[in-house]
Amino acid sequence: MKPDFEQFKDIPGTTIFTIESAREGFHLNQFCMSLRDAKNRERFLADGPAYLAEWDMTDEQKQAVIDRDFQRMLDLGGNVYFLSKIFAAEGLSYVQAVSTMTDMNTEEYQQMMINGGRNIEGWRSKKERGEA
Amino acid sequence: MAKIVAGIATSHVPAVGHALDSGKTQDAYWKPMFDGYEFSKQWAKDNPADVAIIVYNDHASYFGMEIMPTFALGIADSFAICDEGYGPRPVPVVEGAPELATHLGASLIMDDFDMTILNVLEVDHGLTVPMSLMYGTPDKWPTKVIPLPVNVVMNPQPSGERCLALGKAIKRAVEQFEGDLKVEIWGTGGMSHQIQGARAGLINLPWDIQFMDDLINQPEVLQYKPHLEYMIEAGSEGVELIMWLIMRGALGDQVNEVYRFNHVPASNTSVGHLILTPKED
Repeated sequence: MKPDFEQFKDIPGTTIFTIESAREGFHLNQFCMSLRDAKNRERFLADGPAYLAEWDMTDEQKQAVIDRDFQRMLDLGGNVYFLSKIFAAEGLSYVQAVSTMTDMNTEEYQQMMINGGRNIEGWRSKKERGEA
Repeated sequence: MAKIVAGIATSHVPAVGHALDSGKTQDAYWKPMFDGYEFSKQWAKDNPADVAIIVYNDHASYFGMEIMPTFALGIADSFAICDEGYGPRPVPVVEGAPELATHLGASLIMDDFDMTILNVLEVDHGLTVPMSLMYGTPDKWPTKVIPLPVNVVMNPQPSGERCLALGKAIKRAVEQFEGDLKVEIWGTGGMSHQIQGARAGLINLPWDIQFMDDLINQPEVLQYKPHLEYMIEAGSEGVELIMWLIMRGALGDQVNEVYRFNHVPASNTSVGHLILTPKED
């Protein structure tokens, strides 16, 4: 069967992690995995750029990590479960980290969730939203 | 002969584990969700099983990007608890069921399911949070476990048809095991949630409820739902729900709905939970 990754690109505000992303983001995601080890977490938090220098990541990937720009990391092949090791190292919850990818602050995002979450109406298709 | 006696479906939100481990289950935010599992904890006490086959996904906890098995099976004597970046959850070690697991692994491979066999596996919240929800906080888990990790993280994930068929093959394999065991099958993950991108926080409760109805009443139709629809309607992480199809496939054609519970939100997620039993002919 012929793969069709293009079909995912019309979903607004969403980055689907594919086998192609896995290739592009391999070293970024492996760096994230290394943070499962408490000693590595300490070293990374003490001096991020020095720790990142040990990894065969692109400069763009390293900069996105330093900037804690999670959307950029996703765009460069990161997967959110791997990236979670970065914010876990800093003691942040998923809600705190995830909200940074939206146009809301953490309090507003948390309130949206308590109110039942983001309503899907208007969020099904970039074409519908005039974004594509 | 061994027999599949029940199917459990439940979400496996990491924050639920954190709430349990830090004594927050009675907080105003969490209480309504945990109250929804009180029935299930009593039901689990009243209906003890020997082994639970727990279908779940690893969240970059044990599996890195070196190896990404589509379907895997843990056949070890025991499974340690993974450090997911916050330290391991303070829950008991998970005891395996190697005799049934080796039989199951062999049977599935001979049935054309190319399982990756795991002699070492550390389990994460995907497996331990459902156990905590069903069993509370015991010193020792009441059931032995066969972990069945599925890749739902990297697209392409296995198709819905393949998941339902795997469940059917699990049922056949269990019934061919010589040994009088009561076996449960658990499908975990979901329901609607998206934890990345500008669309993060998506919840689609009407879709979730329809999914539950279809899972119970017409899995043969539900199996053809394309992954794209899960991703659009239930969020990028909602595709975890294909794991519920494996559970459903192992229960046979008709099921009894023993219990159903929905709650929004737990962290970023729509929580859904079912207890099903096979309907005897």
